[in-house]
Amino acid sequence: MTDQNTGTADLNTGTTDLTTQPATLASELFAPGVGAQAGPPTTPASDTGTAGNASPGAHSHGGPTPTGSPPERLTSTDPDVFGVPTGREETWRFTPMKRIRPLLDGAASDASLTWATDLPEGVELTSVEAGDPLLKGLPEPVDRLAALTRQRAGGAAVVRVAKEAQLDRPVTLGLAGTGGDDVVWSQLVVEVGAFAKATVVLDHTGPAKYSGGVTVLVGDGAQVTLVSIQDWASGSVHGGQYDAVVGRDAIYKQVVVTLGGDLVRLVSNVQYAGTGGRADLFGVYFSDETQHQEHRLWVDHAVPNCTSNVLYKGALQGEGARTVWIGDVRIRPAATGTETYELNRNLVLTDGARADSVPNLEIETGEIVSAGHASATGRFDDEQLFYLCSRGIDAETARRLVVRGFFADVVQNIGIDAIQDRLMGTIETRLGALPGLDEQPVEVA
Amino acid sequence: MSVLEIRDLHVTVGEGDDAKEILRGVDLTVRSGETHAIMGPNGSGKSTLAYSIAGHPKYTVTGGTVTLDGEDVLAMSVDERARAGLFLAMQYPVEVPGVSVSNFLRTAATAIKGEAPKLRTWVKDVKSEMELLEMDSAFAERNVNEGFSGGEKKRHEILQMRLLKPAIAILDETDSGLDVDALRIVSEGVNRTREEGEIGVLLITHYTRILRYIKPDFVHVFVAGKVVEEGGAELADKLENEGYAAYVKDSNEQAAAEVASA
Repeated sequence: MTDQNTGTADLNTGTTDLTTQPATLASELFAPGVGAQAGPPTTPASDTGTAGNASPGAHSHGGPTPTGSPPERLTSTDPDVFGVPTGREETWRFTPMKRIRPLLDGAASDASLTWATDLPEGVELTSVEAGDPLLKGLPEPVDRLAALTRQRAGGAAVVRVAKEAQLDRPVTLGLAGTGGDDVVWSQLVVEVGAFAKATVVLDHTGPAKYSGGVTVLVGDGAQVTLVSIQDWASGSVHGGQYDAVVGRDAIYKQVVVTLGGDLVRLVSNVQYAGTGGRADLFGVYFSDETQHQEHRLWVDHAVPNCTSNVLYKGALQGEGARTVWIGDVRIRPAATGTETYELNRNLVLTDGARADSVPNLEIETGEIVSAGHASATGRFDDEQLFYLCSRGIDAETARRLVVRGFFADVVQNIGIDAIQDRLMGTIETRLGALPGLDEQPVEVA
Repeated sequence: MSVLEIRDLHVTVGEGDDAKEILRGVDLTVRSGETHAIMGPNGSGKSTLAYSIAGHPKYTVTGGTVTLDGEDVLAMSVDERARAGLFLAMQYPVEVPGVSVSNFLRTAATAIKGEAPKLRTWVKDVKSEMELLEMDSAFAERNVNEGFSGGEKKRHEILQMRLLKPAIAILDETDSGLDVDALRIVSEGVNRTREEGEIGVLLITHYTRILRYIKPDFVHVFVAGKVVEEGGAELADKLENEGYAAYVKDSNEQAAAEVASA
């Protein structure tokens, strides 16, 4: 019931899961504010309503008198606490188990990715051994694969940004697979000191079987952007748990771009260590024939006055293209003054592709600023096409403009021109050559 | 010199048994140099007329003709209609995330003119038109209609009309939701176009307010899917004072009579 096989969707049919903001149908347009987005920018908690309550326990909108908190998420550094997944578990039910077995069943190994690093001044790249106090304080793994990774990685690579450092360029870790049969197990910790400002880019390329944990510790008042690019060679398998611990009044931005690989399954968790923190989680994915791309997010609001904003957009084309987006947001009783919004949009470009989209919002206090979510999966937005065509632009060019814009909307959040251009180039290549729309940019100075 | 001719146009919305007739025999002729105001109450089909002429797929033409200089508009695709010289300034312009205004305008101008406008003159044209519409230059780098205020959207529509230079422009409730300043700026943009050239304007509005700024040559009262009265600018004054009540009443009585005789 939470799955929508959009492969059979008519042109511009919106299909949604568990959302109170259904996709806009062409016949419902011509209303003020109707645009590309599936819902309004914010939805007050009191309006999130009771619609779409489909999956048990997955979508409870708490009222003034909570009927009981949902169970705590299981976390542990011990893989055996989770047991061996069968594919029937909630956290694994969307994952093709056969294709992730190479990681789940993979042996410990010394294999590693090739690292090409660019470290600006103020940044230290070091490593810690297993048992280091730093590792004990990290958020725990949420599934067996993440626990195996923590265990097998042994220690961790650590990127340290000194407090109050203002980096003159991004920290770049080019992580290239070398194509061996062994699973590469890895743990990375990015530790950013108070009031520092840093951007860290993880650029994954090449062929690999890779399971990598990433933890970002954002100091009080710090501003950190983590960009993770999955531009893997075909056949690659990548699993990973990303955790962010956002300090008081800190700003954390994460941009996940998944383009390559056979299977990519990333779990991104955010927690707040102090009040006033902000997390912006952006994601872009493009699944071609047979690719499985799964992004699971969990934002845990447990302290007051924090903000989270989630925007993930994906496109699918070709037979067997498959994407999964799970967006869980929990607002605990103590998290008064929370402001949260999450949006997932999927653009299905051909038949035979399937996108699953499941936003879950659990609100345990009424004392919040706003909480909302929206999810829409469908073909092109007819209204956008009509608008462009009504200006003389032919339908094919209009479609390319819309798809390009669909991605650029998220990619432009990276803030690094060279990477944005490269990624848009990759996307355009996969869409087929665009007519030279951008060769002559217009600057209105 | 262009002529848009609409003859006995019938349009439905919806499919099969749900199909509902919105336009019930519209006759209208708009020539270059003329400004026509179409006025009518909510739900009378004014916007349907605008979108039907532009070719929105939601509407099905079940009868009648629309021609531009003798060419069959109804046989053209949406983009062909625009390239033939029709322009629709929309009541609710659509957001296109990730597509900048400058890219959009240039792509549209290239499509309409059949070749990319020369960069230097184009940049100058865009800049001066934006200044005349009191739009900040930063506007060009924003995504199309995304986060625009109501006034910004309408100015953006008029900016497009100025740059694409259509033969016939249909302005669908361009005045709705505008404050006095924005209404003046938008109206001045329309008036500049009228003064400069041979444009024909079809101004669709619910209120007479915009007609204080843009003087129509002809006023058509639109009720229940067709034109029920025509006159000059003085008809707008009459509507200002008396509203649509009399026309709506007539229409209802007529509908009742039709039902009774059926």
